Parts: sequence; structure tokens; C-alpha cells
Amino acid sequence: MESSLPSLNDAGAPLIVAHGVRKHYGNIHAVDGVDLDIRSGELFGLIGHNGAGKSTLFKMMLGLIPPTAGDIRIGGALVTGRDFRAVRRTVGYLPENVVLYDNLTGLETLWFFARLKGVSPAQAAPTLERVGLAHAAKRRVREYSKGMRQRLGFAQALLGKPRILFLDEPTTGLDPEAIRSFYATLRQLRSEGVTTVITSHILAEIQERVDRLAIMTAGKVQARGTVQDLREQVDLPLWFSVRVAKEDFEAVRSALSHLQVDAIEAHDDHVKVRCRREAKMAVIEALARLDGRVRDLTVREPSLEDVFFGFSD
Amino acid sequence: MEIAQIATIASKEFWDRIRNRWVLAVALVFTAFALVIAYFGAAQQGSVGFRSIDITIASLVSLVIYLIPLIALVLGFDAIVGERERGSLDLLLSMPITRLELLLGKYLGLAAALAFSTIAGFGLVAIVLSARLDLNALYHYFGFMLSSVLLGCAFLSLAVMLSVFAADRTRASGLAIATWFFFVLVFDLLLLGALVVTGGQWGGEIFPYLLLANPADVFRILNIFSLDDVRTLYGLTTVFPPALANPWLLGLVMLAWIVVPLGIASWRFRT
Repeated sequence: MESSLPSLNDAGAPLIVAHGVRKHYGNIHAVDGVDLDIRSGELFGLIGHNGAGKSTLFKMMLGLIPPTAGDIRIGGALVTGRDFRAVRRTVGYLPENVVLYDNLTGLETLWFFARLKGVSPAQAAPTLERVGLAHAAKRRVREYSKGMRQRLGFAQALLGKPRILFLDEPTTGLDPEAIRSFYATLRQLRSEGVTTVITSHILAEIQERVDRLAIMTAGKVQARGTVQDLREQVDLPLWFSVRVAKEDFEAVRSALSHLQVDAIEAHDDHVKVRCRREAKMAVIEALARLDGRVRDLTVREPSLEDVFFGFSD
Repeated sequence: MEIAQIATIASKEFWDRIRNRWVLAVALVFTAFALVIAYFGAAQQGSVGFRSIDITIASLVSLVIYLIPLIALVLGFDAIVGERERGSLDLLLSMPITRLELLLGKYLGLAAALAFSTIAGFGLVAIVLSARLDLNALYHYFGFMLSSVLLGCAFLSLAVMLSVFAADRTRASGLAIATWFFFVLVFDLLLLGALVVTGGQWGGEIFPYLLLANPADVFRILNIFSLDDVRTLYGLTTVFPPALANPWLLGLVMLAWIVVPLGIASWRFRT
């Protein structure tokens, strides 16, 4: 089984493949026909409203619940098939709102999970250090803050050097500093060839950090691709903010008059221009011809949040 | 099936009960009750002090039959539903472990804690009394301890089964208490009632077999039947035919009471 997983040199080969996956609970279609392929070595984001089916899909990818129809393979092996143990030894999982055992210390927690994963308990201490919990190794989890529990949960997922990480809302409860160091760890893991699937509610947080993502609504994948792919698919307008002196407002207006521009709004010291993506370069060229009257120019691309609402509304 | 995975879960459950002093507390309760019963059990007859092992065992049986099922049900009722409700079950199941291994590990760890405290608690009393016991008495006492462990394991198996079926901890605890009432208090009354109402006409033949449908009764028969002094003191068991009172057969019935609920639990827990 280990050998059937794509090797590190196969970065970009499909590693996790979902085919026609459905999960129905009576009349409720929690997941309703999902096809996905997550490539080896990528950081893949899964976003959607609460109840969109992300967690259900996650649990099916982990083999925790069987799909009503369709199948999910990791490295070619069915996640619920005979090879499930080998598949799971390559996977680390951090559940949403991870719950660990209050009566164990941080170190004992990792010893327990290391034994279950068939990993040497000697890995526990270095893994705690990696998530910045070495100082709390001998304290009981009962005394841990929310953020520390989350980091301990992440440490548990990292045990055994998994090839694949499933992280469900991993930054819940972390402070901004811890979020930065969390993503730094993910980047490092990515450079080591680890494939990561992540969900997050905080779209601004993941938009610059994932390689590709999928947007789920009502149990279906509405769109997938890079953030830029999705922006183009949803075709939301761009905003230019053009800083010019008040007396030059009209010059800007006339320079853009022959272009397909949706709106021009005059503000105190700048003009806001809204246009379609395909007009972007033409607008920039037209503004460049204004001979230095433009003092500053910023382009605001639609954020992942805009894109998300563009798809889900 | 991987034994190592079962052992990992079982040892966590066991050491959890050692660390939170559950095992110590239960063992002390057993020791205290057993000593009190050994020395004052015959007070109703107007005497105190240790008299006979038969009477002591008979008194202990009456106590254990209430206590051990209750302790076992309380110990096991949230084994699975507790993990599910706290939200730690998904993480456990994402490990390279099957659901059956998890269930067996939980059961065996809890059973080990219960068996350990039972043997430690009653064993201590055996050591205290050993000077006054002959080999035959020790044999009976040993049988009593072993059957107490089996009784605990049977009710623990029922508890784990409830913890798989129940939707939440509250319902599981309700079911556990109902189970205790049914087997320990209601069951014999129902049989007795049926016997009285029908004037003894009904069920004379199948009556002994119906007693086997209750692990608490199996435990009582196992212990009392071999003690001639006290057999007649224990109403229902006197109807039990001596042919069926073979300790091996009764032991097998007890084993069935362990295996069948666990089997049903693992069937229900499979997805």
C-alpha cells in the first residue's frame, strides 16, 4: 500500500480522488454527488457555509462514515477497504473543535495516539516542540487553554510524519501569532511534500495560502480551482481607486469614456472606477496616458469572500 | 484484528480508573462490606463474630447481587456514548483501528478495572480470614470471587451495549438504571408473580430456564446451590433442578451473558 501512494517526485499527481460521492440521511442530502481530485503536495482548501457538507465529506474522506454512493480513494486504495489501516497510517486528522482527554498530560496524550498509530513514543516530545508546547508537556490537558488544546490536536495529527493532513477549522481559538506560526508549519510541511486539506470559515486567512480550493454549497461542489480561477469563473467586477486632484476628475472620466466601464464615482481626492475583468488592462493603459496626473493607483481584486458569495448566493 | 490496538485502548481505560482512584474506592467498599458481613452477618441470629464461611458467602451474595451490577452499569454506560457526546470518538476512529477493536479495548479495559477491584477488595478479606478457613472454605470463597467477577463482566457487557445504542449520555444513564431495576429487582418478582397467580400451574417446567435469562440469578444459583446450609433460605433457587446446577454449565451461561450483549453492541456499532 505504502508503495502505491505517489512518491514525493510525483507532486501534482492525483492523490485523493472522490468520485460521485453522495451521503444521504433519509431526505437530507448532506453530500450530493461530489467529484474531487486533490493532488499530491498541494494545500487544498474546502470552504462552504455551515451545513454545506464539508465535515461530512471530510469524514467520508477519512473513512469514518461510508458514502451512500460513489467512492473515495487515497493513493488508489479505497479509504474503507481492506487497506484502510495502511491508508490511515499515512493520514493525520485534526477534527473541528478537537476534544482530547483532560486527565492526561500533553505528553501522555501524544504517547497514546502514537501507540494507536504504531509510531515510536519517542516522537512525542519533538512533535510537542514543533507546535510550541514543549513547556506544557507535563501539564494536564485540563489546564490547557483553547489555543493550546488546538495545538496539541495539531501535534497529534503530525505524529508519524503523515503524507496527508486533514485539518477541519484548524485555527479556531488561535491568536494571530499562533495562526502565523501554524501556517508557517504548513508551508514547511508542504515543502516536504505533505498534502493538506483544510477547511476554514475565515476566508481571508486561507485565500493567500491555499494552492487550490473548492466551494461547497448544499452538498455540491460549486466551483474549484485556484483563487484566481474562481475569480474569473464568477466574473465579479474589479475596483480601481485612482488618486487625482479634484480638477482632474473630468480628465479621468473622459479618458475612460470610450471603455466598457460600469461606474465612475468621484470622492474627495480620488475616483473609484468599477469595471469588468476584461477591461482591466485597457483601463490601466488609458490612465497611463494621463501624463502623470494620476498620483496613485490601487486595484482591488474581488476577495475570496466576494467570490464565495458570488457562487453561493 | 490487531491485538496491539485493543491493548492500547484497554490499558488507557484501565489506567484512567487507577489514576482517578476508582479502582481503589470500589476495592475499599468491597473490603469494608465483606468484613462487616463476615463479623456481623449473623447478628440477626443474636451473635457477632465470624461464624461460618457458608453464611458469610450467602450474606455477601445478597450484597454483591445489588452492588456489582450497579457498579458495572455505572462504569460502562458511557463507554461509547461518552466519547461520542464529548466529540472525541471521530478522532479515535480516524486512527488505524477498527470499530470492533475500539469496542473490545474499551470493554476489556473497564472489565480489568472492575475485576481488579473485585479481587483486591474481596481477596483482602480472604487473607484476613484465611487463618479460620479450611481448604474447602477457601475453594468456595474463591468461587464466589470468580463468579462476582463474571457477574460484573456480564453487566458491564450490557452497559457497553447500552452505550452503543443510546443517543446521548442522559438516556444511557436512564437505560442503565432501568436495566439494574429490571434484572435485580423486578425480574424475580415477575416470575414469582406468574407462579403465584397461576397457582403454580404455569411454567413449572421452563421455570429454571427462565432463571438463566437473568445473570443475577445465574450468579445466585452458582453460589448458593453448593452451600447446603443456606440453600433453603433463598426462595427461588430452591426450584432449580440439581441436574442443571453444574458450575461449568452455569459458567458457560454467564459467558454467554458476556459475549451476546457485546456481539449485539459490535453489530450496532459497525457503522
